[in-house]
Amino acid sequence: MTTRSTVPEGHIDEGLPARELFATMALIRAFETSVAELYRAGEIPGFVHTSLGQEAVAAGVCAALREDDYMATTHRGHGHCLAKGVDVSGMMAELFARAEGVCGGKGGSMHVADPARGVLGANAIVGASLPLAVGAGLSSKLRAQGRVAVAFFGEGAVNQGAFHESVNLAAIWNLPVLLVCENNIYAEFSDSRRMTRVPSVVERSAGHGVGGRVVHGNDVEAVYAATRESVERCRAGGGPLLIEAETYRWHGHYEGDAQPYKPEEESAAWRDRDPLAVHGRRLVERGDATAEELEAVEAKQRDRVDAAIERARSLPTPEPEEAFAHVFGD
Amino acid sequence: MSSATDAPAAATRYIDALVGGMADALEEDDSVVLIGIDVGEGGGIFTATKGLHERFGGERVLDTPISEMAFVGAAVGAAMTGLRPIVEIMFMDFVGVCMDPILNQAAKLRYMTAGALEIPVVFRTQTGAGKSAGAQHSQSLEAWFAHVPGLKVVMPATVTDAHDLLLASVRDPNPVVFIENRRLYGTRGELGVDPLPLGRARVARAGEDVTVVTWGQSLRECLAAADEGPASLEIVDLRSLVPLDMDTVLESVRRTGRLLIVHEAVQDFGAGAEIAARVGEQLFDELRTPVRRLGTPAVPMPFSPELERALLPAAKQIAAAAHSLLREG
Repeated sequence: MTTRSTVPEGHIDEGLPARELFATMALIRAFETSVAELYRAGEIPGFVHTSLGQEAVAAGVCAALREDDYMATTHRGHGHCLAKGVDVSGMMAELFARAEGVCGGKGGSMHVADPARGVLGANAIVGASLPLAVGAGLSSKLRAQGRVAVAFFGEGAVNQGAFHESVNLAAIWNLPVLLVCENNIYAEFSDSRRMTRVPSVVERSAGHGVGGRVVHGNDVEAVYAATRESVERCRAGGGPLLIEAETYRWHGHYEGDAQPYKPEEESAAWRDRDPLAVHGRRLVERGDATAEELEAVEAKQRDRVDAAIERARSLPTPEPEEAFAHVFGD
Repeated sequence: MSSATDAPAAATRYIDALVGGMADALEEDDSVVLIGIDVGEGGGIFTATKGLHERFGGERVLDTPISEMAFVGAAVGAAMTGLRPIVEIMFMDFVGVCMDPILNQAAKLRYMTAGALEIPVVFRTQTGAGKSAGAQHSQSLEAWFAHVPGLKVVMPATVTDAHDLLLASVRDPNPVVFIENRRLYGTRGELGVDPLPLGRARVARAGEDVTVVTWGQSLRECLAAADEGPASLEIVDLRSLVPLDMDTVLESVRRTGRLLIVHEAVQDFGAGAEIAARVGEQLFDELRTPVRRLGTPAVPMPFSPELERALLPAAKQIAAAAHSLLREG
């Protein structure tokens, strides 16, 4: 039931959006790098959790989804939202708490949502994406829409009852739900391997009868290939599947966390597996792109993010009466 | 509203009015689904969904494992994506294992997305002390939910409201916590033909001396108290705590100058305190006596029938409290 998936050396999948995957990762990298700086500078209020180092999971998974597929994510959700197509400028404005943010400045970093793009929201409760995605999968199935619902979550959520209950419910209802665990080793400050006797997430979902595969989460093509195959099976009525993407967050649990709990050699080893560098080298080796072209892509994405920041700075904050809107609908 | 119009003249049971309300909701809107433990083929442990699985099929009436976090959360996710689920939490006490989807998801996602997400879900549940169900099967926790912005809280006390408010809750675009009382399930009454909207209180009995504000099962005790005299009680059935129809309450208290609030829920920090505070803020100079509350004392509900009776506000205590208000001023 459990398989380990990697993309063979030199393998070029027909139709593989190799350059787009790089561009998406570069966008997330630029966005998160800037957000971390802006947060330190006090320009972004609240809490911020960046996904630097984990870009390949967001880019690889979302590239394999349809625009109308549903996606629910976590407090570390910027990358997933960008990869699923949420407008960069609207998202940055949201983080700046501006009236024209994608959530009108009422959601913020931990609650970016865009239902028009299937994004049911980042979520500040660990494990909460799972039951919501199960419900979205139920909607899709009962209405015969052929839409897949993806839940992103970290390995820290796997000790929540919400994980086990959701996997079980998706299984018995045979729902088109793809469970994507970003296993970045640390649940907040704690080494997740010390928090369970079964650190393998695919083993735990297998216990509920839901098959899964482990992928190298810093290899965007491996993530993409595994997701594409899994999503096809979900969409065809095969029921839920799980992907455990092994990855690593470069920054702390939140911006400002100095991470004394991480061994330096471990952090350094994962930095060497920078998902942009891994994929960039492959593109150059395969002749899909030149190093100069990739640099230009990165520069372009930085420019997009810079423009979004400039715009966000110039936008008005919400009017005070907006605090009272949208509690209830008519 | 077939069950309302087709109902025989003979009195309908509250539980059957609920079944009828759900049947009407399932009939009028394909996106309505029922989700819960044994709501399907079993028909619900109190028969609240009896016959609906046969009539609407297993895709509309879904049995679940005993796994409230998943199925209540999934109901919220389904509501975000085009369905209108009625999800049953078998006993209100069980919300303790599935609060997150109600508290942090359903109540907040419309607001946090500036209205981009709509969550038309009904959390159907029931409460009811007085049947020796013990401390984990007897709690009236409506104040918890009324305290969370974004949730409507509905408590039908009559047969017609069991039907009409349930249907109105399903049609409502917001998350609604719909709280039945199982001591009402066997009671009989008439189904109305012209439903009072959700959010409006109802003067269940007109009177002159004391306004008695109540909801849920306590309405019956208050009506019985009114029969005991000697005070003439005006009894207001709130029908919903959120929205709270203070206009009807204030209008009545202006006339009587006296207010007694009665609820089965624990009195301390209960919804009665909110109503008392609002009346105090707005009608202080018109009150002839201090506002009085009568709820269950702040102890867990015991198993013993004698101990339960010692705690629950009953007609006799309500009549006595009203009479003492009348004597005070």
